[in-house]
Amino acid sequence: MTIHSKGFRHGETKIRIRLANWPLISMSDDELIWRVSGGSGDGIDSTSQNFAKALMRSGLDVFTHRHYPSRIRGGHTYVEIRAAADEVQSRGDGYNFLLALGDSFARNPQEEAYYGNEEIKPLSENLDELREGGVIVYDEGLLSEDDVAELDLEERAEENDWHVYPVDLRGLAKEHGREVMRNTAGVGITAGLLDMQLEHIEDLMSDAMGGDILEANLEILHEAYEMVDEEFETTHDLRVPTGEHDTEQALLSGSNAIAYGAIDGGCRFIAGYPMTPWTDVFTILSQNFPDIGGVSEQVEDEIAAAALAVGASHAGAKAMSGSSGGGFALMSEPLGLAEMTETPLVLVESMRAGPSTGMPTKPEQGDLEFVLYTSQGDSSRVVFAPGTIEEAYEQTRLAFHIAWEYQIPTIIIYDQKLSGENKNVDVEFFDREPEPGLGTTLTEEELKEAAHDNSGKFERFGYEDNEKNVSKRSLPGQKGGRYLATGNEHSPVGHISEDPDNRVYQMTRRIEKLDSIREELDEEHDSNQTYFGDEDAEYGIITWGSSQGAVVEAVERLNDSGHSVKGISVSDMMPFAEAEVTEFLESVDEAMVVEMNATAQFRGLIQKELGRFGDKMTSLLKYNGNPFEPAEIVEGYEVNVAEEDREPSAQVRIEPAAGD
Amino acid sequence: MSAFNAIGEEREIDRDEYTPGVEPQPTWCPGCGDFGVLKSLKQALPEVGKTPEEVLTVTGIGCSGKLNSYLDTYGFHTIHGRSLPVARAAKLANPELEVIAAGGDGDGYGIGGNHFIHTARENHDMTYIVFNNEIFGLTKGQTSPTSPKGHKSKTQPSGSAKSPLRPLSMGLNAGATYVARTAAVNPNQAKEIIKEAIEHDGFAHVDFLTQCPTWNKDARQYVPYVDVQESDDYEFDVNDRAEAAEMMRETEDVLNEGTVLTGRYYVDDESPSYTEEKKAVGEMPDQPVAERYFDEDAEWERSYDLLERHT
Ligand SMILES: Cc1ncc(C[n+]2csc(CCOP(=O)(O)OP(=O)(O)O)c2C)c(N)n1
Ligand code: SF4
Ligand SMILES: [Mg+2]
Repeated sequence: MTIHSKGFRHGETKIRIRLANWPLISMSDDELIWRVSGGSGDGIDSTSQNFAKALMRSGLDVFTHRHYPSRIRGGHTYVEIRAAADEVQSRGDGYNFLLALGDSFARNPQEEAYYGNEEIKPLSENLDELREGGVIVYDEGLLSEDDVAELDLEERAEENDWHVYPVDLRGLAKEHGREVMRNTAGVGITAGLLDMQLEHIEDLMSDAMGGDILEANLEILHEAYEMVDEEFETTHDLRVPTGEHDTEQALLSGSNAIAYGAIDGGCRFIAGYPMTPWTDVFTILSQNFPDIGGVSEQVEDEIAAAALAVGASHAGAKAMSGSSGGGFALMSEPLGLAEMTETPLVLVESMRAGPSTGMPTKPEQGDLEFVLYTSQGDSSRVVFAPGTIEEAYEQTRLAFHIAWEYQIPTIIIYDQKLSGENKNVDVEFFDREPEPGLGTTLTEEELKEAAHDNSGKFERFGYEDNEKNVSKRSLPGQKGGRYLATGNEHSPVGHISEDPDNRVYQMTRRIEKLDSIREELDEEHDSNQTYFGDEDAEYGIITWGSSQGAVVEAVERLNDSGHSVKGISVSDMMPFAEAEVTEFLESVDEAMVVEMNATAQFRGLIQKELGRFGDKMTSLLKYNGNPFEPAEIVEGYEVNVAEEDREPSAQVRIEPAAGD
Repeated sequence: MSAFNAIGEEREIDRDEYTPGVEPQPTWCPGCGDFGVLKSLKQALPEVGKTPEEVLTVTGIGCSGKLNSYLDTYGFHTIHGRSLPVARAAKLANPELEVIAAGGDGDGYGIGGNHFIHTARENHDMTYIVFNNEIFGLTKGQTSPTSPKGHKSKTQPSGSAKSPLRPLSMGLNAGATYVARTAAVNPNQAKEIIKEAIEHDGFAHVDFLTQCPTWNKDARQYVPYVDVQESDDYEFDVNDRAEAAEMMRETEDVLNEGTVLTGRYYVDDESPSYTEEKKAVGEMPDQPVAERYFDEDAEWERSYDLLERHT
C-alpha cells in the first residue's frame, strides 16, 4: 500500500484556508466536513445518514447536503456532512475529508462519450473543493491505478497539503463475503483516521440490521478501524470535533419537517403523483398516515392530485397536495378553483432547476413568480417560503391554520436543497399541541343560527357578518348547510351570478382576506422573517428560502472580518412582509438580494410590493444547479459593495441596481 | 354522535325538495335532453330514500355541468373534466355521503378521460352520469369524442376523420362495476337505471343519451330506442363480462346507424368498492376522516411521538 503523506500546519482557531479553486477565505477549522462520494445506488445515502446520526449522538451539531444525478444506477453522487460543536447552518465552503468509494455502476469509458470516465469521478470530481490540508481516502479496489495516475493526484496533494490514503475497501469487503460492505469499511477507516469512537456507529448499525449481516458489518468496521492504527503512517491533524448537547436531538430533513408540520396541523388527507423532489413529503406522509387515521392517494396525474385535495377539503378533511415545477403547473386550474370556491387547501411546491424538466435533482429558486401568480384571474392565495428545517415545520403548521381560518389556498414553496438536507433539531421543539380544528367551519348547531335564503339554502358566501372577510362554511352532509360551490362567480348561496355589484363584493372580499391575514401575521404570530448580523449596519443582505443558511454564515464572517452587515431572510411572500422589509430597506444604504435563479425574481417581488428601493438593491444570482456557499456570498459582497474592480471567481452573476 | 345528521335521516321526502328555490327553472334550450337527467334524478333520489343534504352532486363544465344549479343537493360545480377527482375525494373524506358526479361527453370522455379511466378502475362507490349528446353543447356545437365519424362542425369543416370512442366498453375495460346506457327519450327506464346506479356499491357508469336539438340531433333521432333487457332480439348475461363486452360492442356499432340500444350492460355485485379495499389493506380509518374533526374525544397523534426514528 502506498501512502502519500504531507505535513500540515495551523495555528489559531480562525485560519485562512485556501480551497483549490477559491480565493482566501476565513473559517473555523474546528469542524469536520466529511464528503462520501460514489455512484448513485451505492448506498451513499444510508451510509451518510448513519454517520451523521453518530456524529449528532456524540454531541455535535450536524448539517448534511446531498448532490446526486437524476439516475437510479450510477452517476456521481455525494453526501456531505458538516459537524461542529456549535450550530451549523449551511454546508460551509468546501470540505476537509473525502471518502471516495467509487461508482460501481459507472458506464464504460468510451472516447468521445460526453460523460467521460465515470469510474474515476467519485475521486476526480471532488478534488477542486477539498480544502488545503484535507484528507482523502479512496477505494483502490474500484479506482484503477492508471486512472488515479492520470489525475496527477500526487502533485496536487503536494501543492494543497492533502493527506491521501488509498485503501482496498472493496477487497476488504469481499474477504468478509459481501462487497456492499465496502461502505462500512470506509466508515471504519474514517473513524480510525479521525480518532472517533465507534460506539454510536455500532449502535446505529445494530438498530438497522441483525444476525449474520450485523456480525459481518461489525467485524469489518473494527478491522478497518484498527487497520489505521496498525498499518497507516498518518500525518494529518484533522480530528473529529467534540461537543455536547443540552437536550436530546433529532436529525431531520426539510421534507420531514414539512410532513410533521402537516400532521400537527391536523392534515389527514394527501393526494399526489411522484416527482422529485416533492416525492419525499408525499412518501413520508403516505407511510405515516395509515397509523394516524389519514388517507393518502397516489393518483393518475397532478391535475387529479390537486382536485382530490380540493374535493376532500370540501367534504371536511384537512387536505393537501403538492408537486414540483411541471406537476405544479398542472395544478393551476384546481388551485384557481380552490380560490374561487374558497376551499381551504395546502399545497407544497418543491422547486428544482427549470425550465421544463430542467435539472430534476438540482436546487433552484426559480418558481417564485410561477407559484405566486399561476392560474387565471387575480389570485388570492398565501405563500410561505421557509428557509430552515425549523421554519419548514412552523410554516407548514401555520399554512394549515391560515388555510382553514381564511378558507384560502396556502402554498409552501421550498426547494430540492431544503427538501433533502438534514440538520439536528431539539426534540423538545416538537413538544406542542396539535391543531386539528377546522377553522371557520360551522357545526350543525351553529348552522341553525346562520343566514339562509327564503328557500332554506345556506348563505355560504353571504354579505353579513364576514369578520376578517371570511364567510363561514358548511360541509356536505350537515343539516341545514346545503349550498352550491362553483368556479363561476356566484351569489350568496353559491349560484352562478354575473351581477356587477355581487361580483365586486365577492371579488373584493376574497382579495382583502390577504389584508386580514397580514394583520394576523403581524399582530398574533412571531415573525416568519429571520434577522441576523449587526443591527446597526448600513449594508444589508436580503434572501429567501433555503439560501438563508449560507447567507447567515456569510454575514457572520463579514462581520468577523470587520465589515458591518445585517441580513434578513424573508418567508412571507404573499401577503408580503411589507412592513418588515420596508423597515429593513430603510435602515440600510444599500442591499444585495441573494437568490438561486437567473432573473432576480425575489428582488422583482420586493419592488412590485413596495414600489420603491429599486436603486438600493443589487442582486447576487446563482443558477448552475448548486446552492450558494458562504464564501461566494462573501465574495459577492466584496465585489459588489466594496466595489472592487474585479469579477467574482465563482459561477454567480451580479446584477446592478435599477438605474445604475 | 355524527356531525352530519342529514346522512341516514329517515323521513318522507318530497320530490319538490330537490328543486332549488333560487333557480327553479333550468336555462337549457327547449327540447334539451338534459331535462331528462334532472327529472330522473328528482324521481330516483326520493325513491331510494336520499334527502337533499346527504347528497353531493359534483359536476364538470358544459351545459350538463349546470345540473347542480337545478338540483337542490349539496353541489360542487367544478372545472372542465375534473368532476371525478373532486367527487371521489369527497367520498374518501366522508364515505357516508351519497356522491353523484356528472358532466358532458366532452367533459368526461375527452378532457377528463384520464380521470374517468382511473376512477372506474378504482371502483369508487359513486354514480357517474355522462350526458352524452355527442357534441360540445356549451361552446356551440363542436365535434366531441362521441361524435360520429364524418361529423361536420365549425371546427371539423370537412367532417371528422376520427371514429367515436366507445363509452360503454371504456367503462367496462377500465373497471366500472355497473355500466348502463339510458336515454332522455325513455324517462321510465332512466329513472330505474339511475336508482340502480345509486344503490350499486361501486363505480356505476351511466352513459345517458341527451339530445341536443340546438347543435346536434333532436329527440326524434333517438327514437325508436330498444331496451336490451326487454327486447327478445338480445340475450346476454349482465353479470358476465365477456357477454357484456360483446353486447356493448354491438350497441356502439349500431348507434350511428340509427339503432338506439339502451339498458343495463354490466353488473358486478361481488367486487368490493375502493373504500372497502383500502380498509382491507389498512389504509383507511373506520371513522370517516371528516367526522373525526368534530369528535371531541378524538386523540390527535402528533409528530413529537414519531421522533424516535430520528434520534
Ligand atoms: C380547460 C377548459 N377548456 C375548455 C373549456 C371550454 N369548454 C366549456 S364546456 C366545453 C365542452 C362542453 O362539451 P361537453 O363536455 O360535452 O358538455 P355539454 O355542453 O355538451 O353538456 C368546453 C370545451 C373550459 N371551460 N375549460
Ligand atoms: S346547447 Fe344543446 S345541450 Fe346545451 S342546453 Fe341547448 S340543447 Fe341542451
Ligand atoms: Mg356534450
